[in-house]
Amino acid sequence: MTLTPHTENDAAYVIRNAASKGTTLSILGGGTRAGFGNRVSAEETLSSSALTGIVDYEPAEMVMTAKAGTPVGEIEALLAANRQMMSFEPMDHRGVMGTAGEPTIGGVFAANVSGPRRFVAGAARDSLLGIRFVNGRGEIIRAGGRVMKNVTGLDLVKLLAGSHGTLGFLTEVTFRVLPVPETVETIVVSGLDDHAATQAMAAAMAMPVEVSGAAHLPPTVRGRLIGGQLPEGEATVLRLEGLEASVSVRAEKLGDMMRSFGSVSRLGPDLSRNLWQEIRNVAPYKGSPNKPLWRVSVAPSVGHQLVAALRLEAGIDAFYDWQGGLIWMQMEADPEEQRLRRYIKALGGGHATLVRAPATVQERLSAFHPEGDAVAALSARVKQKLDPGGIFNPGKMAGV
Amino acid sequence: MSEAIRFLKPRAAVLARRATIVDDLLDLLPPECVVHEARELVPFETDAFVAYRRLPLAVVLPKTTEQVAAVMKYCHRYGVPVVPRGAGTSLSGGAIPQEDAVVIGLSKMTQIIEIDPANRTATVQAGVTNLSISDAVSPEGFFYAPDPSSQLACTIGGNIGMNSGGAHCLKYGVTTNNLLGVKMVLVDGTVIELGGKHLDAAGYDLLGLVCGSEGQLGIVTEATVRLIAKPEGARPVLFGFDTSEEAGACVADVIGSGIIPVAIEFMDKPAIEICEAFAQAGYPLDVGALLIVEVEGSEAEMEAMLKKIVEIAGRHGVRTVRESQSATEAALIWKGRKSAFGATGRISDYICMDGTVPLGKLSYVLEKTSEIVERFGLRVANVFHAGDGNMHPLILFNANDPEDAARAEEAGNEILKLCVDAGGCLTGEHGVGIEKRDLMRHQYSDADLNQQMAVRAAFDPGWILNPSKVFPLEGRPAA
Repeated sequence: MTLTPHTENDAAYVIRNAASKGTTLSILGGGTRAGFGNRVSAEETLSSSALTGIVDYEPAEMVMTAKAGTPVGEIEALLAANRQMMSFEPMDHRGVMGTAGEPTIGGVFAANVSGPRRFVAGAARDSLLGIRFVNGRGEIIRAGGRVMKNVTGLDLVKLLAGSHGTLGFLTEVTFRVLPVPETVETIVVSGLDDHAATQAMAAAMAMPVEVSGAAHLPPTVRGRLIGGQLPEGEATVLRLEGLEASVSVRAEKLGDMMRSFGSVSRLGPDLSRNLWQEIRNVAPYKGSPNKPLWRVSVAPSVGHQLVAALRLEAGIDAFYDWQGGLIWMQMEADPEEQRLRRYIKALGGGHATLVRAPATVQERLSAFHPEGDAVAALSARVKQKLDPGGIFNPGKMAGV
Repeated sequence: MSEAIRFLKPRAAVLARRATIVDDLLDLLPPECVVHEARELVPFETDAFVAYRRLPLAVVLPKTTEQVAAVMKYCHRYGVPVVPRGAGTSLSGGAIPQEDAVVIGLSKMTQIIEIDPANRTATVQAGVTNLSISDAVSPEGFFYAPDPSSQLACTIGGNIGMNSGGAHCLKYGVTTNNLLGVKMVLVDGTVIELGGKHLDAAGYDLLGLVCGSEGQLGIVTEATVRLIAKPEGARPVLFGFDTSEEAGACVADVIGSGIIPVAIEFMDKPAIEICEAFAQAGYPLDVGALLIVEVEGSEAEMEAMLKKIVEIAGRHGVRTVRESQSATEAALIWKGRKSAFGATGRISDYICMDGTVPLGKLSYVLEKTSEIVERFGLRVANVFHAGDGNMHPLILFNANDPEDAARAEEAGNEILKLCVDAGGCLTGEHGVGIEKRDLMRHQYSDADLNQQMAVRAAFDPGWILNPSKVFPLEGRPAA
C-alpha cells in the first residue's frame, strides 16, 4: 500500500503509527531513482508526492524553500524565470535508469545528486541550508536555517543529505540558488589519451581562469554527445562561465595554455549548454538497461589509472568528469565489483556506487561502497538514533 | 569574571584522582607533552571569550594521532572529560576547559603532511594554522579559501570544530565546503578516516556532521582541504554611505542583481573610526557606513564587475568610491578590517556577537541592534560579513564593572534572539560554545535539540567530549 500524506503533520502521524507497529516503509519521491541502491523490501510505501509547492522564494536573497515532493521541473522553471539556478546541477537519472515520472526536489537532496559543477561549486549538500523531516519515531525535526552560514549545533542537514531516505522522511528543503552566468563557452582539447587529459585538466584547474567543468570524453563516448558535433578523436572539455567580457578573456588564456597539450577548438554558448547538460545526465550511457553502470569517485589524478587497470581485465566503457575524479563506468556484462573496489583501495581510496544493473546482479552485491568497520559501526549507531525501529528503507544502504 | 553561564559540576571522582591521572598521562606521553603545574596551566584557562575561565586538571600537547588516541582511550576508560584546543582563539568559549578536564592541545601538531597540486589538496596536521596552509601552497599558485580574521593564529583543527568562515567565504564557502577529509580519534581512542582526496561520502556524510561539531564528536588530528588557484588579481574597493540603511540596501541589491564579489564587508561609523585609528587604511571618516567590496580576476574582469557595482551603489546614494591604487593600499584596507577586533580591544573591553540574518533584514537588524544596546546604556560597533548576512556587533563595556559586564551579556543575548526572530541563526562562524549555549532553545524546539543530542550520543554516550558546551545543561539525556 502507498501512503500519501498531504501535510507534514499527516506524515508524522503515519510514521508514528508505523513505528508503533514496526511497519517498514519504503520512501518514494518521484520514483525516477527508484532502482538506485540496494533492493528495499518494505511492507508499505510512503510517498512525498502530495507534499508539493514552493513555500518561499526570495530571488534577491538567493534562497528557496520548497516542499519535498515538488517536481524539480517546476523549481527549475521558476528559477530560470528569475535567471537563477541550482549551482550543483542535479543530474536527471531518467535517461540512464530508464524510469519515467518527475524527479522531486526532496529526492535530489536525499540522494545528494550533483553534476559537473560539483567539483568547484559544491554538491547538493553544500547548497542545502535547512530541512524539515520526520524521524523514525514520528517526530517533526527542523535543522539548519535559511541563511548561508547556518550551522548552529550539529549539522544534521549534511547528515540527511545523501542518506537515501534511511534516516528521515524529508518534508521541506531550503536551499541556496545562484545567478545563471551571463554566458558560457567550452574549450575543447582534442586527441589526448586519458593520462594526458588528466594532466591537461589539472593544469587548467591550476590556472586562475575559474574552470567550472572539466570532463574527458574518450572516442567511444565523444560521438554520443551533442549529435556528434565535437571534433574527431578524444575530447577533453573545459567550461568557462561568467560575465561575457570575462569569459572571452579567460577563454583566450586557457586556449593558449591548452595548445601545448593538443589541438584546441571552442564551443559557443548554445552547444556548451547542451554538452554540459548531456554530461550531467550521463547521456552516453542511456538506453542500455542491462549494462551495469558505476559512479566512481576517486582522487582526480588516479582516475585514469583505475580505468586502465580495469580495461585489461574487463569489458568496460568509461568517461570522466570532475577533472578526472568522477568516472562513469558502463560494464559490458559483469559488474566486476570486487576487482573495482580492490583497485580503488589500491589507488588511495574513494568509492563506487552501482547506479544501474539488472535485478539479478543487484541482488548479489552491495550498491554502496562498504566502509571500514569503525565507520560502519558509527553509521549504524547514527541510524539507530534517527530511526531506532529501522522502519525507513531497510537495507537500502550498506550495513544500515 | 562573569558567572552568568554555568559549567558542569566537576566530577568529584576525577578530581580526587588528579595526581594519578597526571602520572598516567606522563606514562603515556613524553614529559614535554604534559602540562600539569598550576602556574603553567594558567595560559590554558580561557580562550578569546575571556570573561570566563577555569583551570584544567592537566593539558596534553601530543605530537601524533597515536598519542591523541592513547590519551583519549585513557580518558574514556576513567571518565575524564576532554576539551580540545586549537590556538584558543574561540570567541564563544569553545576551548575554555573545566576543572576536571584534560585539555588536548594541538600546538605541537604542526606538520604539513602533503601538498598535492595535481589533486588541489593539502593534507596537514590539525594544529597547522589557517594562514600557513595558504603560505605553504602559494608557490604552487594556490590558496586555502576560508579566512577567519584570526587566520594568523587559529588552527585548521579549530576551524573544523567551529566551521569557521571569513571575509572571502561569500564566494568560496566556509570550512565545511572546503574540507575533503579528516583523520580523527573517536571517544574510545579508535582512529578513523572520513573522506580523502575524492569527493562525497560512500555512505552517510559523517564528515559533514563532524565539521562544526565543536569538539563534541571526537578529536580531529589531520585534515585534507581543497585548494583553489590564486586569482590573477584582487582589488578591494571602498564604498562610503551616509547611513547604515543605505549601505545595507546596497548589499542586498548587489547580491540580488546576480553579482557575487569575493567579499562584501560592512563597517559602521564607530567601527570605521576604531579601525582607521589603528591601521591608517585610508577609510573615509566623513561617512556613516562603509562597504569593502573585493573583486578579483584579470584587469578586464575586475573593471567589468566594478562598473556594475558602482552603478548599483549610485542608486543607493553612495558618497565615496575609492579603489585601492596599489598592493600596499589593498593590504592596508584588509589589515584595517581584519584587525577590527584587536583595534577595538585597545580602546575598550567588548564582546563580539555572531548572528546571521537574511540579507533583506540587514538594515532592520542593524537599527534594532542600536536600540537594544542604547537601552542598556552601552555602545556598539558593527563590522561584519555583509554579503552573507553574518553580523558581528561588538558591544563595548567595562570589564572591571560587573554590572556593566552583565548588561553587555544581556544585550548580546537580546541581539542574538533578534537575529533568530528575523529568520537567522545564533551563530555564523564562531560556534555556540558556552556563549550561546543557553540560547539554543530560542532557535530550536525540544525535539530538534533532542535529536541533535541523540546523534551526539552515537559518538560520545558518556558526554566526556567538551561536555559543558553547545547543548543547554538542563534537559540532557542521562549519560
